[in-house]
Amino acid sequence: MRLSLGDKMMQRSIYLLLALMSVIMLYPFWNALVISFNQGSDTALGGITLWPRAYTLENYYIVFQDRRLLNSFMITILRTLSGTALSVFFTALLAYGMSKKTLLFRKQYMVFFMITMFFSGGLIPSYMLIRSLGMLDTFWVLVIPGIISVYNMIVIRTFFAALPDGLEESAKIDGCSNYGIFFRIVIPVSGPVLATIALFTAVGYWNDWFTGAIYITKDNLLPIQTLLRQIMNSNIMTEIGSSNAIALDHMNRNRTITTKSLTMATMMIATIPIILTYPFLQKYFVKGVLIGSLKE
Amino acid sequence: MKAAVKPGLWKKWTNQLDLQSMVWPGIIFVAIFSYIPMYGVVMAFQQYDIFNGIMDSPWAGFMHFRMFFEAPEFWNVMRNTIVISLLKLVITFPAPILLALMLNEVGNMGFKRFVQTVSYLPYFLSWVIVSGFVFSLLSVDNGTVNFLLERLNLIQEPVNFLAVPEYFWSILVSVNVWKEIGFGSIVYLAAIAGVDPALYEAASIDGASRFKQIFSITLPSISPVIIIFMILAIGNLLSAGFEDILLLATNPILRPYSDVIDTYVYRVGILNARFSYATAVGLFKAVISVILLVTANKIARKADVSLW
Repeated sequence: MRLSLGDKMMQRSIYLLLALMSVIMLYPFWNALVISFNQGSDTALGGITLWPRAYTLENYYIVFQDRRLLNSFMITILRTLSGTALSVFFTALLAYGMSKKTLLFRKQYMVFFMITMFFSGGLIPSYMLIRSLGMLDTFWVLVIPGIISVYNMIVIRTFFAALPDGLEESAKIDGCSNYGIFFRIVIPVSGPVLATIALFTAVGYWNDWFTGAIYITKDNLLPIQTLLRQIMNSNIMTEIGSSNAIALDHMNRNRTITTKSLTMATMMIATIPIILTYPFLQKYFVKGVLIGSLKE
Repeated sequence: MKAAVKPGLWKKWTNQLDLQSMVWPGIIFVAIFSYIPMYGVVMAFQQYDIFNGIMDSPWAGFMHFRMFFEAPEFWNVMRNTIVISLLKLVITFPAPILLALMLNEVGNMGFKRFVQTVSYLPYFLSWVIVSGFVFSLLSVDNGTVNFLLERLNLIQEPVNFLAVPEYFWSILVSVNVWKEIGFGSIVYLAAIAGVDPALYEAASIDGASRFKQIFSITLPSISPVIIIFMILAIGNLLSAGFEDILLLATNPILRPYSDVIDTYVYRVGILNARFSYATAVGLFKAVISVILLVTANKIARKADVSLW
């Protein structure tokens, strides 16, 4: 197609704008990464932008010495794995039942679920519930309340409903129960959708700091994001330094570490697992989001 | 006739016990974690006492609601909630549409994919991390923004951006655009891809410029999608933000500009343990939100688009 002069100019400016936007998108992340590899006292002089000026691994060394941080890293991994597995399983099971037109009270169930998307009791009643269930300061409070996502259920249900009927009919003739069909036929053919939902669920668990902030007071149960926020709001030097003799010694010998450099290193450690998973899953999640936005 | 239906229904239900047993764990879960807290809003009408619980706490009528309306913070909190929401509606909401329209004009597939990948990235970062980036970039001692502005001779002294209340709204909205723009564009891009190419051909034969085509073909074609998301955004109008504000406005100096209903509920309810009062404020918000949602949906129905 031939473009007129005006069209060409518009296209040029769009390329330019998008390139500029890409820089703005990446820069904060890149800058934080650079600072995490730069000597803290040198960073404090200012002017660190695109490359480290005084390259060092010291920040990471100290952060990895910190027991509390490693512990909350482990909590987050455990939480993300168990939460994602449970959530995807129960949400998919629910979605499969809800996808069956023969399900009695299907409409009523749907209304029951949909209401929760638009109205909730709010923060305080939820807190009261968790408290009276005795879930305050337990590992399970980090996992259980998020298990069923109505939104994800609708996404998966839409996908299940679009599966060809023939797929299940032959199994039914062979005497397969609904559970048999679900486990042996439906789940295996739903890989991409379930992977997408799993990715989003995992990101949700990994990134959630608020649950930890209101329901957890025990240090050994804090998820990494909650701990990170605490560290950012206080003074990381005393936080990390005092809990660890090696780090303290290290800091006393060469005072090159600052709050900022340690925060950046911690932030990178808390982020990189997510960043690593997402390019592999990008093509799936784009499809997954689209399924979710379809109306039945 | 009707009487005969009932026993049949029960039999039908037990006949599909396996199907029902797939659904019931979900129903029970939602009943516990969503419906019990909904019942918990009766706390808003009580003088809730931890030791008595919801069952035995004395009733207080609308006292807590009245207290909120008469609280010195009320107008401030309402103003911030509404202004921040409207700013998000006017800026954060259309930004992904604009991005999708621009990406659609890009012919170079490699470049397009690169821009998309990069723009999705912030969506996967937690607000804690994002606030860390913001603190670092805006910091006084060595933040890039101050560094750049000084280099360009636009400022003489470093500015402590996160300690100037007047700057907070702009910072908040910019950060939200940064985080959400790429991800939000996915759905619009898909909608654009679904537009009949014949329409564009006909338009370019008629001599319409690309710019004109965007306004007379693309935008009208994707307007149902835009309206659906608009309804949802209006339903969330009183949720001006929570995580983003809580994490970015750590400096109490910002409170006159940063405090919104949700952060107020958190502060008063959880931190000061005024449970009934905070529940009342939260309920007030939820009720207005539902009214807004239903109204927006009703209006949109006139344009033949609706959520339900």
